Amino acid sequence: MKKTTSYLASLLLGTLVASPVWAADPIKIGVSQPLTGAVAASGNYVTNGAIIAAAELNENGGLLGRQVELIIEDNKSNPREAVNAAEKLILSDKVPVIMGAWSSTYTLATMPKLEEYGVPMVVETSSSSKITKAGNPWIFRIAPTSEMEAQAFAKKLDNFDPPIKKVDFLSVNNDWGLGASQEFEKMFTERGIEIGRKETVAPSTVDLSAQLSALKNTGSDTLIMTSGVEQLTLGIRQAADQQLTQRIVTTGGSFPEPLLASPAPKGYTSTHLLFFSPWTPESAVYPDVATKFVDAWNEAGYSFPGLSEGFRGYDGIMTIAAAIKGAGSTDSDAIRKALWDVKLNGVNGDIAFFKDGPEGKESGQNEPNVYVVQLADGEVSAQ
Amino acid sequence: MDEIFQHVINALVLGSTYALLGIGLTIIFGIMRVVNFAHGELYTLGAYVAYGMVALLNLDFFSSIIVAAVIGLLVGGLIEFVLLRRKDLKNIDEVMLIMIGIMIIMQNLELMAWGGVAKIIPTPFSQDPISFAGLYISPTRLFVFITAVILLIIFYLAIERTRFGLAIRATFQDQDAARIVGVNVKSIYTLTFALGSAMAAVAGALLAPMFVATPLMGDLASLKAFAIVILGGLGNLGGAALGGFLLAFLEEFGASYISSAYRDAFGFVVIILVMLFRPQGLFAAKERVG
Repeated sequence: MKKTTSYLASLLLGTLVASPVWAADPIKIGVSQPLTGAVAASGNYVTNGAIIAAAELNENGGLLGRQVELIIEDNKSNPREAVNAAEKLILSDKVPVIMGAWSSTYTLATMPKLEEYGVPMVVETSSSSKITKAGNPWIFRIAPTSEMEAQAFAKKLDNFDPPIKKVDFLSVNNDWGLGASQEFEKMFTERGIEIGRKETVAPSTVDLSAQLSALKNTGSDTLIMTSGVEQLTLGIRQAADQQLTQRIVTTGGSFPEPLLASPAPKGYTSTHLLFFSPWTPESAVYPDVATKFVDAWNEAGYSFPGLSEGFRGYDGIMTIAAAIKGAGSTDSDAIRKALWDVKLNGVNGDIAFFKDGPEGKESGQNEPNVYVVQLADGEVSAQ
Repeated sequence: MDEIFQHVINALVLGSTYALLGIGLTIIFGIMRVVNFAHGELYTLGAYVAYGMVALLNLDFFSSIIVAAVIGLLVGGLIEFVLLRRKDLKNIDEVMLIMIGIMIIMQNLELMAWGGVAKIIPTPFSQDPISFAGLYISPTRLFVFITAVILLIIFYLAIERTRFGLAIRATFQDQDAARIVGVNVKSIYTLTFALGSAMAAVAGALLAPMFVATPLMGDLASLKAFAIVILGGLGNLGGAALGGFLLAFLEEFGASYISSAYRDAFGFVVIILVMLFRPQGLFAAKERVG
């Protein structure tokens, strides 16, 4: 239903603003996102951002004189379904390029299909380092790796008062969560920060109380939490229930939006690593791009905090559009080659790819910016 | 030591709602021999009814739980009356397909109606936890625990001390004998299915404010409910209650003292052991099959 609505919305927006009569078929861009299931909130935000990008492209004349049409597939927060979604997009819809698939696990599951059919995919969210190290030349990631995120966080360590001395981890038990805890642990260890207890949680778990009780008396001052919107929300609420004393820092760019309307107890503060801070678009590298996107998002009536992930969809589709323009065709291999030359002013900042992975089969990796915000009593402030 | 007590508190709260879930499923199986695959969806229905009442219609939180129970009762009764009443329940394949069909239809309707994004159900309780002797519990969790325990007691009394309960127990033991002494077995079926469904809906309405409501929340709940009734013995009401608490304690302590990565696996490891060494369930007497 959601898929159909989004699809129709993108078509409608495009149709309303298109002035010339379009003779040629539209250019199809595949989108594989978790619109339902454990991380549905994030997937819907990213998709909304993609729809805004497609509408903006069509408003400005489309691509290569043709309209842009998003074919949006729900990967159901499930790696098996992500493979089905990619196959459907490639074989049935015949899209020349895909954006997806949010979680590292879904992206990793999809990757062999990209190689098999020779279709490039712009990865907008996944952060596991395995994705660009695997030797898949059809992968172009605009999202930061967990290692990049950890290194960016290292530069912000001095901002914490009292300083971070010992950290615990609570991570979602998949490629993303485990990869993030590994990279952050490495970064902390290099800086002489002690590592406490490491707990994991299954992606669909809603009761995190056992893990949080176990983290209660570890003597750590900070808890690094990695998961999607839903589990971050539950984790912070349940940590407050149990009066965990550690400061909570979330990684991965998801923001526990429901805590704005239903905040944790008064004075309870959490810190969030984001790749776009919609509360302070003027602090973005390209404030005009960021502000324009925020305005379009608000005009569409989407939830404001969803912008912190929605921008990924916008930047992802704009990256693909730049590559199609550069290639001058909708041939998958031509788009793949053109992606190497993309230079784009995105909402997050500069988008350009450097080579990552085994020689001769490199994937493209971008170096995005990281922002830190704090949430207390339903209010967000920049750190 | 505090940590152990905190785990005990967590397990008691979780166990009380597991018990509600398990009893709803086991009573339907015990009386009708119907494996209700849609049980998790009735649980989800309860959660969304509570959400709709509180967040959209501004009904108070407590009344929303009662409305969820009533709607669960009606939907359950309707499912039995429309889809199962004319069926030969001994035809397991057909009944199973009907129940799986209902599960798929309900899940997709929930998805259509509410979208895939999780919903938070606001409660009138303070967000500040209640503390005693270094232990903490949120007021919402305390309310859920007390309500679930009260419901379990009411349910027990209704089965053991009322004429309706007597009719249910009679049907449970021997349907032909119950029919001979004047029990309307068909009505007992409808009422049992409605009651079991209402229990699931209440569990959903109680648990969702503690967590979140999502269209797929019933999948895990269904799996847990089956685990609970297998632990307790299919059709064993007391066993389902104890099975609920047992599963919660296994998950809580397994996650904390062995590995949180396998939290959901501990219950199922025990189920495999139960199936191997005591297939009738931990709390049930042996039953002759065939």
